[in-house]
Amino acid sequence: MSWFSQTLTSSIGRKLLMALTGLFLISFLVVHATINAMIFYNDGGETFTHWGHFMATNPIIRTLEIVLVAGFILHIVDGLMLWKSNRDARPVKYAVNNAAANSTWYSRSMGLLGTLLLIFLVVHTSHFWIPNRTNQFATGEELDLYQMMLTTFQNPIVVLIYILGCISLFWHLLHGFKSAFQSLGLNHVKYNGMISFLGTAFSIVVPILFALMPIAIYLGWVK
Amino acid sequence: MEGNMSLSLKVWRQSNKEAAGGFEDYKLDHVSPDMSFLEMFDVLNEQLIEEGKEPVAFDHDCREGICGMCSMYINGRPHGPLRGVTTCQLHMRSFKDGDTIVVEPWRAQAFPVIKDLVVDRDAFDRVISAGGFVSVNTGNAQDANALPIAKEAADDAFAAAACIGCGACVAACKNASAMLFVSAKISQLALLPQGQAERSIRAEKMVAQMDAEGFGACTNTGACSAECPKEISLENIARMNREYIGAKFSSSAV
Repeated sequence: MSWFSQTLTSSIGRKLLMALTGLFLISFLVVHATINAMIFYNDGGETFTHWGHFMATNPIIRTLEIVLVAGFILHIVDGLMLWKSNRDARPVKYAVNNAAANSTWYSRSMGLLGTLLLIFLVVHTSHFWIPNRTNQFATGEELDLYQMMLTTFQNPIVVLIYILGCISLFWHLLHGFKSAFQSLGLNHVKYNGMISFLGTAFSIVVPILFALMPIAIYLGWVK
Repeated sequence: MEGNMSLSLKVWRQSNKEAAGGFEDYKLDHVSPDMSFLEMFDVLNEQLIEEGKEPVAFDHDCREGICGMCSMYINGRPHGPLRGVTTCQLHMRSFKDGDTIVVEPWRAQAFPVIKDLVVDRDAFDRVISAGGFVSVNTGNAQDANALPIAKEAADDAFAAAACIGCGACVAACKNASAMLFVSAKISQLALLPQGQAERSIRAEKMVAQMDAEGFGACTNTGACSAECPKEISLENIARMNREYIGAKFSSSAV
């Protein structure tokens, strides 16, 4: 094995990959939340569609989209591999284990939360991204995503699934954001407070912003 | 005596590495609250010997919290319910009359059970042998002040060197990861001038050995540091990550 693949498949290297892809996916969330928040202009989707069109057609964005898909796949596959090797590291479990005394439940449940997010990701992309890109590929025309949102979020079960997805995202980010910095070795008395504050604030603000979208459409606030 | 306790114990018994183990229930009366947890086990073993039964095998040596021999997963936590304390320094006053106490060995692929509560921690020794040392030529010791060391670096190195290698970090971690132990050993040398010569190769080799032993990766839950009897800081794990990643991407070892 070359030194490079040896490094990236070591226990620390895998976590380095998790941290780098995780922070990259966090940067994607910023863009995604910002563009989608354009629906709150409540202008019949004019601003949203304008930026949606830019995201769907700009060549730089489309290239970055490939990087994004690769980022998702790396984060998921690497996460599953870590989950397996971590599970194998303790073949016999404790009969009594008081883990709550030394760590938070969500920090120990990143694999579970990630799996919930993966299920949500499949549901979510099959609602919007996959049909839109498929249609673009087949006909060159974009779908009216705004109208699709208005229709999709009339279903209370769909709204509930999206809210549950946002709750999973909240817990996943609450640990993942800070954990990424530690995995990268970025632990310093001058910056820890800021990282912790930013991580918590991001974990609260972004999922709430996302959850408000289906809720606002379902309740008719955004038409 | 007044104040003495009656306890129910559920203790993991396993006759050897290959045998299937299981819990045995024991009743213990007249346990003094001033006994250490290991002294309570001594009393149990006296009782078992009198009954003609096999005493419980458990690791112990100094019984003053500095050797790192004692282990025991007590009521779901390594070294029991207190923070910053080894099992030998845990006293029965931390329990109540009538309590049921469950005692298990450390559980990890890399720490196989040898007998009852005794696990094989040779994996730690092999990690140390891989690079947890400084090579020093023989000769007279040089003047202690010849190498200036910043106070902060000395303090951090000392705090890392407080690790007694008991393995509570591995036992507590949901991934049975040895990162806190290995990072403490890497840190204590990386912070001092004497450790500089072998700094990169040390990080590379010790982490490679840690992985080869079958310890898990780090999820940064912080369980290790919370349960560490020497309260080794998570900063050491971040430092090890820097040392390892830096060494891997810059050393000439291909």
